[in-house]
Amino acid sequence: MYSRWRYAPTSCLQSANQRKEEEEVIHPPYQLVAVMHHFVVCQLPKKFHKEEEEEVEPADPEGHSKACVEGRVRVVPSCVVFVEGKMLTNISNVLRACAQRNGAAAVVSARTYADFTTEATFEVKKCDTFKLDEGPATQVTMTRDEGLQYYRTMQTMRRMELKADQLYKQKIIRGFCHLYDGQEACAVGIEASIKPTDHLITAYRAHGYTLTRGGTVKGIMAELTGRRGGIAKGKGGSMHMYCKNFYGGNGIVGAQVPLGAGVALACRYKGTDQLCVCLYGDGAANQGQIFETYNMAALWKLPVIFICENNRYGMGTSVERAAASTDYFKRGEFIPGLRVDGMDILCVREATRFAAEHCRAGKGPILMELQTYRYHGHSMSDPGVSYRTREEIQEVRSKSDPISLLKDRLLSNNMASVEELKEIDVEVRKEIEDAAQFATTDPEPPLDELCNHIFSNSPPVEVRGTNPWAKLKSVS
Amino acid sequence: MATSLRCFLRSGKRAGLVAAQRGFSRSSAAAVQVNVRDALNQAMDEELERDERVFLLGEEVAQYDGAYKVSRGLWKKYGDKRIIDTPISEMGFAGIAVGAAMAGLRPICEFMTFNFSMQAIDQVINSAAKTYYMSAGLQPVPIVFRGPNGASAGVAAQHSQCFAAWYAHCPGLKVVSPWNSEDARGLLKAAIRDDNPVVFLENELMYGVPFEMSEESLSKNFTIPIGKAKVERQGAHVTLVSHSRFVGLCLDAAAVLAKEGVDCEVINLRTIRPLDVECIEGSVMKTNHLVTVEGGWPQFGVGAEICARIMEGPAFNYLDSPVTRVTGVDIPMPYAKILEDHSLPQVKDIIFSVKKTLNV
Repeated sequence: MYSRWRYAPTSCLQSANQRKEEEEVIHPPYQLVAVMHHFVVCQLPKKFHKEEEEEVEPADPEGHSKACVEGRVRVVPSCVVFVEGKMLTNISNVLRACAQRNGAAAVVSARTYADFTTEATFEVKKCDTFKLDEGPATQVTMTRDEGLQYYRTMQTMRRMELKADQLYKQKIIRGFCHLYDGQEACAVGIEASIKPTDHLITAYRAHGYTLTRGGTVKGIMAELTGRRGGIAKGKGGSMHMYCKNFYGGNGIVGAQVPLGAGVALACRYKGTDQLCVCLYGDGAANQGQIFETYNMAALWKLPVIFICENNRYGMGTSVERAAASTDYFKRGEFIPGLRVDGMDILCVREATRFAAEHCRAGKGPILMELQTYRYHGHSMSDPGVSYRTREEIQEVRSKSDPISLLKDRLLSNNMASVEELKEIDVEVRKEIEDAAQFATTDPEPPLDELCNHIFSNSPPVEVRGTNPWAKLKSVS
Repeated sequence: MATSLRCFLRSGKRAGLVAAQRGFSRSSAAAVQVNVRDALNQAMDEELERDERVFLLGEEVAQYDGAYKVSRGLWKKYGDKRIIDTPISEMGFAGIAVGAAMAGLRPICEFMTFNFSMQAIDQVINSAAKTYYMSAGLQPVPIVFRGPNGASAGVAAQHSQCFAAWYAHCPGLKVVSPWNSEDARGLLKAAIRDDNPVVFLENELMYGVPFEMSEESLSKNFTIPIGKAKVERQGAHVTLVSHSRFVGLCLDAAAVLAKEGVDCEVINLRTIRPLDVECIEGSVMKTNHLVTVEGGWPQFGVGAEICARIMEGPAFNYLDSPVTRVTGVDIPMPYAKILEDHSLPQVKDIIFSVKKTLNV
């Protein structure tokens, strides 16, 4: 916890009528202690700007702490300070004590939103293009609300994956678990530029997309732990999560690419302007069926955005060792391509917007290569350091982390405050904790559902169990 | 009269060329002669008309009228949107078909022969068959994979394999294998209307064979339930169970055996998965003897499954002798005619096996 100065007009705290307004303005962990006619001012030196909570040393020793201890409250009407968390509690406790002695109450916080920038323009890296006359814009606008929403979603994704890591190590999650941390900007950036009525399909590193496409953290985590509250009732696991207009979660490398083109075919067949975003990795990019799909998608001008998430390693094989050409955005040969900075959410968003326009204009498929990075190994059974160096991972984390990049942009352009972002962090942490709690306590699926969901819309059938006398029931 | 006409047409040889007429020929008041190819064609035509979401894709299905002319005339009638010629990319177009099914359409994916489906078998099994289960009911896949299966004539090893056992092994798939025109029409309509992945195994040698079809079977909503076998011939001494082309051979063998006083009951499976075990069991409990006949290889095949199921059920106690399997020879299909002829069950092999089973 740390605190800093904030100045606000005194008028907003003047009248007792405004107490209710203040209560609404003040967010946890701030607590309104009471309204008073006076103000409290504590000046806290810069040296207290750090993580740990420490005793507050007022800058004006003769004024405040002594005053509080002695039961006096010093007022400086022209400014108001607010403090965070435990600091606030301490001060407000002290102040309350003072106030009671003084017969007056103490108010300690106010915050105004008046001074945030609501919109700013950012420069993003220019995308390399292939068979395109122009590329996506390099000047990108983001609003404060958008920024906060992206931050929240990416942070939720990050924390969810880290929690999954924890649960896997505790053996509460089993089997395959391919984590997405480091690549958040891709999922969130793409979703920012497509509509809920568009479609998306990806491979097995799918938790992030399940979230952006409408899954809940609870549903995802409970699916990972194999419980009945899971998004696929515990029957699919990490790689087989589905929701509306999201076709998983696919375990066979590369198989999702023709599926995605098929979804796009359906979009066009039905006469809609919907498109399908079809993702695969740098490893999958060498699969034959992908080239078959490129051919048919281009031939039939299907509205599909092929996206290669190039995180530099296909399992343990680096791109140089797997591909004769690592220019994945050019591998579509007759399909126009873009190479995008996948760690910058705004770059991803802008490129996706460009690609979506291309598809919706009926120009056929387009290919995007997102250059991104995964912090974890290929899956939870891969420590991820036998084929790459820790230094490399550290370097990406420190220089290119997508969440940090966004955070810096928001803060340095005064689009959000540190406290606000911290608040989001706290909320996210709580959401993840609650979800993990649910995921570990929800019961497993009931055994009598073992054989259900073999066929859709079919009468109940009998399914042979492990022995001839085991006749199990299956309903649609 | 109808029976003798049928026997005449099927007299032990490979019929292929009675399909000189493309249209119908009326032989009696209510019955009409339709060959299997036309039955399939009409079924697809009617289903395309009935439901806009149905479409056909595959190699040569449109402008070529179908490699075996099964989709003749459909492209002219429905156009490029609904009858789609694909490049030679089985894995790719099968995946595209499955994706389209996931997104709400009802594709018919044709494999020129099921031998080529091996290129795409991952999409059939992992993307189509298993998805409804993995998604716990969120994502159905209403798709039909169809095409000729099994041996043809002189096409040698890579083009002659029977895939009934391969596909029937997998939960999540329905596998059907029609024999005559009525089967073809009713089962294809049922398959297209089914909300699940169906593997529809045709037979190239049957395409040109005409069969009588009743008015009822020619009606627009005629479907045959998937999972129900049909007793083609009632009998008392032995049960012959078969699917696809070999049902015809069983009936021919039954005709010959009848003259020798052996009364055969012939069951046409129609569906391989789910297998209609009750029908077989009921028959075995009556006749006490069972002979299975198929074109596929013996090991781990349809006949093997039937044997296992009979053993596990009540009919076992009614068997007076072990079940006999008549199958294709356990070799890749050779080319030379004499070798090819001896690689598949012939009527004489069925007769021989029945007599051995009955110990006569």
